[in-house]
Amino acid sequence: MTSAREEVLGRIRTALGENRPEVRVPRDYRTADDRPAEQLLDVLLDRLEDYKASVLRCGPDQVGATVAAALDTGLGAGWDPGAVVVAPGVPAGWRPDGASEDDGRPAVELAAFAATLTGIAVAIAETGTLVLDGGPLSGRRAISLLPDCLVCVVEAGQVVGGVPEALHRLDPNAPLTMVSGPSATSDIELQRVEGVHGPRTLVVVLVA
Amino acid sequence: MTTAPERTEPTPLAPGAPKSGTTFLGLPTAPRGVGHLRGDRSFPDAARGALRDGQLRANLGHATSTIRAKRAAVVGEVPDWEQLRQAGKALKTATMARLDEHLVELERQVTARGGTVHWARDANEANAIVTRLVQATGTDEVVKVKSMATQEIGLNEALEDAGITAHETDLAELIVQLGDDAPSHILVPAIHKNRAEIREIFLRTMPQFQGPDADRDLPAEPRRLAMAARTHLRERFLRARVAISGANFAIAETGTLAVVESEGNGRMCLTLPQTLITVMGIEKLLPTWQDLEVFLQLLPRSSTGERMNPYTSMWTGVTPGDGPQEFHLVLLDNGRTAVLADEVGREALHCIRCSACLNVCPVYERTGGHSYGSVYPGPIGAVLSPQLTGVEDNASLPYASSLCGACYDACPVAIDIPSILVHLRGEHVEAQERTTPEAVAFKALSKAMSSPRLWHLAQRAAGLSRFLARGKPTMPSMLPPPVSGWTRSRDLPTPPRETFTQAWAREHGAQS
Repeated sequence: MTSAREEVLGRIRTALGENRPEVRVPRDYRTADDRPAEQLLDVLLDRLEDYKASVLRCGPDQVGATVAAALDTGLGAGWDPGAVVVAPGVPAGWRPDGASEDDGRPAVELAAFAATLTGIAVAIAETGTLVLDGGPLSGRRAISLLPDCLVCVVEAGQVVGGVPEALHRLDPNAPLTMVSGPSATSDIELQRVEGVHGPRTLVVVLVA
Repeated sequence: MTTAPERTEPTPLAPGAPKSGTTFLGLPTAPRGVGHLRGDRSFPDAARGALRDGQLRANLGHATSTIRAKRAAVVGEVPDWEQLRQAGKALKTATMARLDEHLVELERQVTARGGTVHWARDANEANAIVTRLVQATGTDEVVKVKSMATQEIGLNEALEDAGITAHETDLAELIVQLGDDAPSHILVPAIHKNRAEIREIFLRTMPQFQGPDADRDLPAEPRRLAMAARTHLRERFLRARVAISGANFAIAETGTLAVVESEGNGRMCLTLPQTLITVMGIEKLLPTWQDLEVFLQLLPRSSTGERMNPYTSMWTGVTPGDGPQEFHLVLLDNGRTAVLADEVGREALHCIRCSACLNVCPVYERTGGHSYGSVYPGPIGAVLSPQLTGVEDNASLPYASSLCGACYDACPVAIDIPSILVHLRGEHVEAQERTTPEAVAFKALSKAMSSPRLWHLAQRAAGLSRFLARGKPTMPSMLPPPVSGWTRSRDLPTPPRETFTQAWAREHGAQS
């Protein structure tokens, strides 16, 4: 008896017949963005805020203090550092004192944290997108998903103009998550409402 | 222990009728009696009821006009939209031309990264594979990411027959599931419900609102309704051991799968359970990683009218220490190879399920999705469903269009839907075995038009029917059959007092 695999592949060959079309793919769309870095940062900030993320800008030596301010924004002043979970590769200088480093604990325990702090792999200015790649700086996928507030630190060198440049920088085999604003839905009367199952609050610290 | 569940046959079949049709090359279409590709009534019959539902028309009109404006704004922002669109079209054409080779490569890559690939000839086989995989884990409930492929094959019903509960987690799918309803839109299956109706469904069905001590304070506000769904599903996500998803894209070269979503329910399903089962139509493939740069720009702007959807998840096989540690990919044919065999119709396989064509369609906006009888409604459904099932099983759908072409303009991969509709109408007419009144009428017309004498006689006879109109510009709609079949839904203009040639002859004198 023919296996389903052989049968489906055989059907495709029958359907296509002998003369398969040779197709040239035109790639005359934009694949690079020549705008200066400062302008890309402005576009990114504009797009992030348009999709209801909060953005705080700071210099490279103020990241720690700005992360604390970001957590004030997301959780309200007086938050408990013990309720913040941090991706393992996040530099010591960015972390709030007393925050917990992710140790691979089960989802139910992760869900008990109020906020998560991670870095990112790439940011796309034109779409306001942050890409997390499962590496030490981004952390595994569950930590940026379960706590209700997500704080991401974006460094200027990680920002690209459009989607093609971002994909070029990424490893296709890594577990990738593209995040564009807080979780949202348009399922009720096609009106966008922020905050469903993923983090309802997204605060971005833009370092330049 | 792991036998496939017995499927019932809801569609009565004539004795000796094949379980599924075949195309002229002998390629089988999607089987009858399983899944949701066929309605129980023709489109005009189903639409008649929908057109009388004022609430439905108001809900649809509101929702589609909102999304049309959003889409137009974000598409207008992209200076190279047309170039992306043409690249998308060419990429899909190129993929289909080498579909067998790309699928084999995808299988190789997914397997090399720790995943398992299964092949399913049709809905029954796919349902049996998924049921067996779920049973092997020992669980009796699964969480689901919204997926058109699993809707198409009726997976939830097959799982239920095997005693497995499937929880839909997308907000709109949840509304449909809790309301014991059917989806009516590709992207927003509950588009036919407004906030007040959704509130009523939630209050009636969600456990959190039941019992004497329940807080039943739920205003009909989208934000509060979304919060109720969050509470309803949170604990289910955390305890789920098996998730089932579809796929928006699969990359042959790298084995990467992609799911595009908004709410985070997709991420919950793709990340938290131990086992992930993805059911994907064989046409969802893209050859290279680079190709994704085109589609990740086309899809979000065309579907939700956003520059980028809130979450896109991509994974390849299994990643140790991150996400599901067991991954199964089910590759589904279910009539797709029959579509591929039609050189005109195969373009329907390029569809990326954005639903832009539904939102711009004047027919969809008035009749809604249920009238189409298939999980694929609207213009793309009118060309895809009849091809997947064989045109005889969805014969009214190619006619469910005014051929205005708005769908073609909106399609991000430039599928020429109007031309495929005309092609399928031709196929349907050719397949007719009985002579229809229309065929008789056209035969008579052809005869009259090829003889000047007969033509003038016919014109004079038509002029005699003017008395029926009693001076009105259109003929009465209550003409006797078989003419009434035409006039019931169309205005027939009253024939003029004299034809152009008669007027010309009167004013300029007869030349012949």
